[in-house]
Amino acid sequence: MRAALFVTCVNDALYPRTGIAVVRLLERLGVDVDFPAAQSCCGQPQYNTGYRRESEPLLRRTAEAFAGYPYVVTPSGSCAAMVRAHYPRIARLAEQEGRGSGLAALTGDLVPRVHELTEFLVDVLGVTDVGAYFPHTVTYHPSCHGLRGLGLGDRPRRLLAAVKGLDLVELPGAEECCGFGGTFAVKNPDVSAAMGTDKIDSAVGTGADVLCGADNSCLAHLGGILRRRGEAMRALHLAEILASTEEEPLR
Amino acid sequence: MTGTFMGMPAFPEAAREAVGDGALRANLRRATHTIRDKRARAVAELADWDRLRAAGKAVKDHTLRHLDRYLLRLEESVTAAGGTVHWAADADEANRIVTGLVLATGHREVVKVKSMATQEIGLNEALEAAGIAAYETDLAELIVQLGHDRPSHILVPAIHRNRAEIRDIFEAEMGSWGLPAPDGLGDDPRELAEAARLHLREKFLRAKVGVCGANFMVAETGTMVVFESEGNGRMCLTLPETLISVVGIEKVVPTFRDLEIFLQTLPRSSTAERMNPYTTMWTGLGPSRGADGDGPSAFHLVLLDNGRTDTLADAVGRQALRCIRCSACLNVCPVYERAGGHAYGSVYPGPIGAILSPQLRGTGSEIDASLPYASTLCGACYEVCPVAIDIPEVLVHLRERVAQGGPVTREGIRVRIRPAHGHTAERAAMRAARLLLDHPGALRAGERLLARARRLRPRRLPGPGRAWTDTRDLPEPPPQPFRDWWARERGGRA
Repeated sequence: MRAALFVTCVNDALYPRTGIAVVRLLERLGVDVDFPAAQSCCGQPQYNTGYRRESEPLLRRTAEAFAGYPYVVTPSGSCAAMVRAHYPRIARLAEQEGRGSGLAALTGDLVPRVHELTEFLVDVLGVTDVGAYFPHTVTYHPSCHGLRGLGLGDRPRRLLAAVKGLDLVELPGAEECCGFGGTFAVKNPDVSAAMGTDKIDSAVGTGADVLCGADNSCLAHLGGILRRRGEAMRALHLAEILASTEEEPLR
Repeated sequence: MTGTFMGMPAFPEAAREAVGDGALRANLRRATHTIRDKRARAVAELADWDRLRAAGKAVKDHTLRHLDRYLLRLEESVTAAGGTVHWAADADEANRIVTGLVLATGHREVVKVKSMATQEIGLNEALEAAGIAAYETDLAELIVQLGHDRPSHILVPAIHRNRAEIRDIFEAEMGSWGLPAPDGLGDDPRELAEAARLHLREKFLRAKVGVCGANFMVAETGTMVVFESEGNGRMCLTLPETLISVVGIEKVVPTFRDLEIFLQTLPRSSTAERMNPYTTMWTGLGPSRGADGDGPSAFHLVLLDNGRTDTLADAVGRQALRCIRCSACLNVCPVYERAGGHAYGSVYPGPIGAILSPQLRGTGSEIDASLPYASTLCGACYEVCPVAIDIPEVLVHLRERVAQGGPVTREGIRVRIRPAHGHTAERAAMRAARLLLDHPGALRAGERLLARARRLRPRRLPGPGRAWTDTRDLPEPPPQPFRDWWARERGGRA
């Protein structure tokens, strides 16, 4: 099976380990992974902040970069939700307003082929035990876009629960937003920090060593609070845990 | 809207104060978490909740699409039942109408049942200016009024107060408004409620004019409907000689039968009850009213526009008019929970306020321009909304209006507005980011620069970045971006 990795701009620039983990994980599961170098950002920061027109070229770039791949896999619920929930609307409006000719057809072709990583593993590959080994206590924060935008449900937890050696503990108030929210973290810093601090208090209270998530944007915010507070807990992307094996454990 | 909120700082500054107030945050957290858990249980009891939600949305959308027709039908029905209908284009006109009606009765006191519409137009202040005293009779509204305070929640206006604060307010203020608080008043909820009951009973028995809002107006019958929990509303609606209802035009539903949906969804969404304790319905004066002294002998309905038809003209934003003011979105919103209701600078706080206020009032003021950004777009509000208002969609739509300007309808006229102040630097940054992201070569060069400068990673950033580094460390830039790893490790195959 052939799949293209949509690594996302945040992972490309700041969290390459997540992209590398996805490649290792998918290859281990027999997927032929490709990385189209023409990809960049899905346009979410622009769109969510009120710059819809500024996002249009990035929609086109993303759709063109992944044209022809039967599966496009991304380790970000938020970017997957951007494509699935908002690309059709943005493309339709662009055409209505006399810009972006062909954008609706181009993005319409992309939308059904884009899968968030846990969706791809569980729904497309049909696996929950990916043969991973990670001897740590882990608590999982389901980011809002994965939880409500994509409806990932218990897929991430099922994948984690099947990891050998991993002790999964429930995060109280898990479904509550961490307070990142893209530019919200900068535009409303006090509320954002208060939300993040409460989330970290809950996470640290579980006694877990690792706070796991499936969106590095939320983890940048939460991990930043952990580091500033000098907590022993680490923030880790789900892909890194799933990529870890007894032969090649995550360092 | 009311002048009380004029000159409010923008949301981020107002929220900062609330975030720093530990007692307020504790009050809000306790109250919102209690009611959100109860709501979830009450909703889970109904197997057909999703269908009720869809039906409520459909009825509201249909009514809004034919609002002109249903409002005229309502006017006919109310008039036929002995009521008088008045049309108010804005707050000033509505206040003028109500003030005139009260003055014409010769009385200088009114009792009020909690109403968002009259708060929206600042009716109490307008009445006061005309020498008329307006007494709030909803327990929470009474607390707010006696405390010279502003409401901070749609359903629980005094949510920000705890019972010790309420006791102090009663003791200090009740005497100057009417019956004083009993000596030695404690902070037991039962004692506080009894003190309020005695204080209000005196008002109900004396007042000759009642002012109210309505949750629904039925076009086919002219029936007005008020949902409440305490029974104080029913006293206001039945004891005075003259009853004046001020209602937003979006509250109309076509038929009496449509109420069956909202009788199920509104109480469960708002107070987490299967049914609210008091549902009062009245249709004009009716044959039995007036003549035998049972109920008011005069009924006036003031239909309030105040930005609603302008909102209706916006294809995305108009869904905010479906709102039935249940406040489920407030109770589930993590931003509201930290920022409190006052930070929204409007009688409509929380997620619904963040989309309703900038539409009713326009985005011209600093506070209104900041409201569409007072959300992380987490989607919890949309999930709980009993009429399925896609609040995140409207927020993003309004952000576009604030950041880029565009066409809006103001007082019935289509105009093009300019972007709000303060977005020039942001717009430039968004364009620069887009240019960079649309040129992978430049992006790659930028990423490599970042990797090379990784040892220089500062602990604190200047400018807008400072907001990030005040409480969070920056992520450590990696030695190389992913695309370089790929080119080296797997490049040969690509």
